[in-house]
Amino acid sequence: MPEHIPTVHDLETPTAIRVVDLVRDYPRPRTSLLQPAPVVHALRGVSLEVKQGERFGIVGESGCGKSTLLRLIAALDRATSGHVIVEDTDITRLPERRLRSLRENLQLVFQDPMSSLDPRMRVRDIIAEPLVVQGHPASGERVRELLEAVGLSADAGDRYPHQFSGGQRQRISIARALAPRPRILIADEPVSALDVSVRAQVLNLISELVDELNLTLVFVSHDLSVVKHVCDRVAVMNAGQIVETGYTGDVYAAPQHPYTQRLVSAIPTLQRALSGATTADLLAKGESA
Amino acid sequence: MNDVLTVRGLSVTVRDTALVSDVDLTVGAGERVGLIGESGSGKSLTALSILGLLPEDVRAGGSVRLDGVDHEMVGANERRMSRVRGRDIAMVFQEPMTALNPTMRIGDQIAESMLIHKTLAKPAARTAAADLLERVQLPAETLRAYPHQLSGGQRQRVVLALALANDPALLICDEPTTALDVTVQALVLDLIVRGVVDRSSALLFITHDLAVVATVCERVLVMYGGRVVEAGPVNEVFTRPRHRYTEGLLAASDLETTSRRLTTIPGNVPPAGRFPSGCVFRTRCAHATALCEETPEWTGSETEGFACHHPAGVTNA
Repeated sequence: MPEHIPTVHDLETPTAIRVVDLVRDYPRPRTSLLQPAPVVHALRGVSLEVKQGERFGIVGESGCGKSTLLRLIAALDRATSGHVIVEDTDITRLPERRLRSLRENLQLVFQDPMSSLDPRMRVRDIIAEPLVVQGHPASGERVRELLEAVGLSADAGDRYPHQFSGGQRQRISIARALAPRPRILIADEPVSALDVSVRAQVLNLISELVDELNLTLVFVSHDLSVVKHVCDRVAVMNAGQIVETGYTGDVYAAPQHPYTQRLVSAIPTLQRALSGATTADLLAKGESA
Repeated sequence: MNDVLTVRGLSVTVRDTALVSDVDLTVGAGERVGLIGESGSGKSLTALSILGLLPEDVRAGGSVRLDGVDHEMVGANERRMSRVRGRDIAMVFQEPMTALNPTMRIGDQIAESMLIHKTLAKPAARTAAADLLERVQLPAETLRAYPHQLSGGQRQRVVLALALANDPALLICDEPTTALDVTVQALVLDLIVRGVVDRSSALLFITHDLAVVATVCERVLVMYGGRVVEAGPVNEVFTRPRHRYTEGLLAASDLETTSRRLTTIPGNVPPAGRFPSGCVFRTRCAHATALCEETPEWTGSETEGFACHHPAGVTNA
């Protein structure tokens, strides 16, 4: 794997997230009395390092293990072996009561803004919930500030999630994630459920907030072109392993691993199509899945 | 050459709410036409009304004619429509699991479509089913498999084989690859295009993805708020858009831009039935004036034109 050689600057920047040889096996239900239960190897030894203030992308298709990796980084699941170190704390085997600082420092935005917002809570309570849970005073002031930061009007706080469109709901999720002033923001396919004209708005918003608040961003998507726009560096995952890491521009322009090459050539783009690319060109040379 | 599909003044209403208004659409023999739009633009309803598959309380008006079918298809009774569906027009839906019968083996389902329309007798239909599966690059064992044993991409290929079984004059695909991974999408798109080209069938391809339409289709119609706002050859519409919505959509989906900020269309897509009167896009349009409260006339021909009071690219701006 062609690793990019870290510059001096990179070495000095402190690490936000370090993942070392992470393995997660899921046992499946037994199918026979005589044979042991089959095992799904969701992650097979993943290592990566995200620097503070970096925008790091994780790309892969369904079933490649990217969601499992996220869940482990957010301490929502237990690793079979390996370590996750977030800001110098090894969180891999910490009990829930000692994860409090992680829960404040690392926040998530999920793909489906409908199922990740409680339909029976008013928006202001949804946004204040992380504060209440952490034992902070949840002032109306802070909620208004957050609503404004994500481009919603102050009266949005009095309404319920179903009264908003998909893009607005994703703004609410972002406001909630930012409430405890996290240093790391993890976004799991945040724009995959949105219309094109709204997607651009939400991507801009995430970009601006990351800059303004000096956040470390981990952006997970199946869409390499979105990741390319948002992230500085990217890791490409396939079958529970990282097959390629590098600067997004490099990975996109000159993919090294055969899987990445197949992935990049499969992405339809307007430019390619308008210059005469057909569906046959989406399948890499001599490749049939 | 005869046009395969001719849609004139199609409207879809539910109670008093208009969901689709005044859609004109022609698909020539062997032509690949794309229909693009965001959620709520009415593109799927247009497809469903062509097939006569609208839900109970939703009504279609206007005219839908198919070459080789001697009756009007809007309002035709179920008996007549069931003879057309699967034989003259076939459809591939977004979600392949709900399109397949979970209790029937794949081979039987594909053979059934030919038996129902009496295009082939039983032994020949079995052989044809095996042949169709081979053409969508599925192994022969798939014949005996049930839908739940297949992956999403494999299921969508089965649905495609099923849709192409009777060599339909028109294949309609509604977001066929939206639920699939990119590499699988590439294969399915290629199979769709090869399938229709081999049979000289016409294709009506519905999607929200501009890049997919540009790769698959020759001509494109842009829908917004239940209306066709622009139509024309793919190269023309995507390089020199005339309608302000098309222009905005192209800019918003341009991720190749070097600037950190993407160009956006302000506001949100209104929910169905809440689009403004007059020009449907005027509430989100930077160029809207008082004139836009009147519905803009269609400018240009039926295959190439737009409906906008202040079109882009008039002056050399």
